[in-house]
Amino acid sequence: MTTSRRDFLKISSAGAAFALTGCATRPGALAMTARAHVVVVGAGFGGATCAKYLRQWGPNIEVTLIEPNERFVSCPISNWVIGGLRTMDDITHRYDRLPRHGIKRVQDSVIGIDTDRRVVKTRNGASIAYDRLVLAPGIDIRTDTVRGYQEAEAAGKVVHAWKAGPQTALLRKQLEAMPDGGVFVISAPTAPYRCPPAPYERACLVASYFKRAKPRSKIILLDGNPDIASKKALFQSAWKELYAGMIDYRPNNAPFAVDGDRMIVSSDFEDVTGAVLNVVPRQRAGEVCNLAGARNDSSQAWCLVNLATFESTTVPYVHVIGDSVLSNLPKSGHTATSMAKITAGAIVELLAGRQPDPAPVLANTCYSAISDSRAGYIANVFRYEAGKGYVSQPEGGSTPTGDERNFKFAQAWARNIWADVLD
Amino acid sequence: MCKTSLKMLVGLFMLVLSGAVHATDMHTQVIAATCMACHGPDGKSRSAFMPGLAGLEASVFMQAMQEFRSGAREASIMKRHAAGYTNAEFEAMAAYFAALK
Repeated sequence: MTTSRRDFLKISSAGAAFALTGCATRPGALAMTARAHVVVVGAGFGGATCAKYLRQWGPNIEVTLIEPNERFVSCPISNWVIGGLRTMDDITHRYDRLPRHGIKRVQDSVIGIDTDRRVVKTRNGASIAYDRLVLAPGIDIRTDTVRGYQEAEAAGKVVHAWKAGPQTALLRKQLEAMPDGGVFVISAPTAPYRCPPAPYERACLVASYFKRAKPRSKIILLDGNPDIASKKALFQSAWKELYAGMIDYRPNNAPFAVDGDRMIVSSDFEDVTGAVLNVVPRQRAGEVCNLAGARNDSSQAWCLVNLATFESTTVPYVHVIGDSVLSNLPKSGHTATSMAKITAGAIVELLAGRQPDPAPVLANTCYSAISDSRAGYIANVFRYEAGKGYVSQPEGGSTPTGDERNFKFAQAWARNIWADVLD
Repeated sequence: MCKTSLKMLVGLFMLVLSGAVHATDMHTQVIAATCMACHGPDGKSRSAFMPGLAGLEASVFMQAMQEFRSGAREASIMKRHAAGYTNAEFEAMAAYFAALK
């Protein structure tokens, strides 16, 4: 199982020398035939996309994709499951088409990274050497920052459902079991966090469900931010026109404690009792970034990278993409795929000894549903400029209201981006 | 034996050449792939509601992008995207998608 990078080069060189038997050896030619190895950790929107495009643009590169989960569960559209518009099956996808691209998929967890020797160690005991490493672990939810959270979560009383999966299904079940007239409490963490519009979209889709099934029920949204953090006009218009009197929005109100037995959420200002508690704690870059020493911003929570290549500013040969990156770019699945493509292109160039694109361009498109038939979006193109980072282009922005056409586009977007990531 | 390895060296040389062609093209490959997030991998859409881009005539692509950017063509989201790219990038993407089968 263990092959060090040095051994790997030796084996490759031996193979090349064998092929050239009988003639003078050419060191240059030998070096070229040694295949570079890129290890990608995390097969979400960012990681799977990066692995795929690395193989597409660098067919001589060996790519290993390490992911503990058997299946891909999409965070985008998971609020639709919570609102009863879709099922878990709709957002759950297999990884079985990725090997067609020549990606070696390893179902395992990374438990150590030696950035000097350039080797990752896995839970199942493998040591995997890399020439370049791409970390795409998504976020860690800091359940330790809310008193009583871990006990309440373990008891199944309080969920965040901020990583699509079992908690998404559990939250849906809790809402279905809630009697009409109950209170649903959702909290949004203080920025930066994954998917800024998601708390407000979730409030809309749960309100839409209540309107259909439990019309006497209410929603309290405790926001750790001073104001609606994304698509403000869209959500305000929805709350006013579609859900008047249903959503009680309370800014600057981050919970510091939960009590799963008494079903109480506490902030600096008040104790709020609810029938279903969906408290979303603060977040940070995934733990594997810490293993690589790449959680390197001043708070040691997020990763700073060279934004033209997404290589860590402090750990050479380690690239970080997706929600773990601290920048002005939105923490969305779509942005993660755009970062993944720029990173794949940069790594292909670097491994070939060429200069990566000095002025990459990145796009984000993010739809939010406000009901069972209407949606709005935010869309931006960002152009990288040396010394400035990513500059948002002038026409970027969001829709002030939701409509049926964008609800259809949102579904088309999901089908195509899932295919772009996994097919 | 030597003939074989000579062939291999010629092959490697060709590989280097094609690599060099790739290098000038990486910016275009990445921005074209960025379109595919919504319009489908390899320019093939999985949704009848979203147009695919593979095999689109270059002039059709160019005209559409310029009209989206100017606002002459009504669209939900495309003005915001089209305004972010240069004419040179449109031309490079048009050629790229036209060649995709």
